[in-house]
Amino acid sequence: MAERPDTMGDLIRRHGTRYAAPAGLAERIGAALDALHAESGRPAAPAVPFPPRRSVMPWRPLALAASFVLAVVLSSGATWYVTASDREDQLAAEVVASHVRSMQVQHLTDVLSSNQHTVKPWFDGKLDLSPPVVDLADKGFPLVGGRLDYLDNHPVAALVYRSNQHVINLFVWTRKSGVPAPQPPAEIQGYNLRQWRQGDLTCWAVSDVESGELDTFVKDFRAAAG
Amino acid sequence: MTTETGPRQFERLALPHLDAAYNLARWLTRNDSDADDVVQDAYLRAYKYFASFRGENFRAWLLAVVRRAAYDWMHRNRPAEVVSNADMDLDAVASEADDSPETALLRKADQTMVNEMIAALPPQFREVVVLRELQELSYKEIAEIADVPVGTVMSRLARARAMLAADGKRRLKEYGHG
Repeated sequence: MAERPDTMGDLIRRHGTRYAAPAGLAERIGAALDALHAESGRPAAPAVPFPPRRSVMPWRPLALAASFVLAVVLSSGATWYVTASDREDQLAAEVVASHVRSMQVQHLTDVLSSNQHTVKPWFDGKLDLSPPVVDLADKGFPLVGGRLDYLDNHPVAALVYRSNQHVINLFVWTRKSGVPAPQPPAEIQGYNLRQWRQGDLTCWAVSDVESGELDTFVKDFRAAAG
Repeated sequence: MTTETGPRQFERLALPHLDAAYNLARWLTRNDSDADDVVQDAYLRAYKYFASFRGENFRAWLLAVVRRAAYDWMHRNRPAEVVSNADMDLDAVASEADDSPETALLRKADQTMVNEMIAALPPQFREVVVLRELQELSYKEIAEIADVPVGTVMSRLARARAMLAADGKRRLKEYGHG
């Protein structure tokens, strides 16, 4: 390194602090791993399709609710389960769990607006994609708002629509893998699911509206956003 | 991956990266005890997923889990910060200066000032600076950790340097050093 830093990179490398893990952290992690191992008997990788988002106690009921949905997915979707990839399997469960969570935690929307011109820019800078936000009020699906969510290890856009008293969550993200996804089950534990590609975006709609109504929503959305 | 996936085998692979994990978490949370919590949370998550790890680069995979845990923490505890940072007019900031800082800045900036400047970056820029300049990871590895294309890593790093240069200039003026 030069005697004096001569670029911003030099300056950062010279003066920026590299924090080292505090003493005892490794031991605390080791103890926590042992406790987890003892509790589950084995590392639970395939049985936990998504990591717990919240480690604090108030979220425990949500984790339970999500587990319940997953348990049902894993036990009832047997035929689909063996034919679909594990990945899609996890994803469908994640989508439903996210939908359930969004309605249980008073966190349906980060931006509450029926105006697509408010909702769309809100996502700018928060995501690597610009989700197609369209208002479908004239079709009977008013836009409620949007929020950020996490699915498939990505931050994703969640667009929230309403159909009468029902909420429709529409998750949108860019999917890099070129592998064609098998269609997920149309329904998991009373929640209807639809998945489709729109350009390079992957879209999932989930709701407890009737199946035909969700099809109509998807058709209207694709027509308006395409 | 072997079939043995107990805590000890996981530790053998994961603990060598504890400093890197902590440094990333510490810079994202900007706080010692929260970084501690985030790293513990991340290691437990990683352990749960360990059996399904199929990638080639364990360190990148692990740091991606740490990063995600840190962002979850930020969304939970500092949603305003995440939002307000994202709402910043980044292009305007970046266009104020290129990334060739003034000689005065290079001469006078000290550890405190540099750390404050890094800490003031929006998280998606801060993490790239930390992983590249402090951890000295490759663009490819950073791309894997941050889950963005390599080109995005490079453009974020360039913008981050420009933002740092502009911020440094402002600080020198403000404190009357410049």
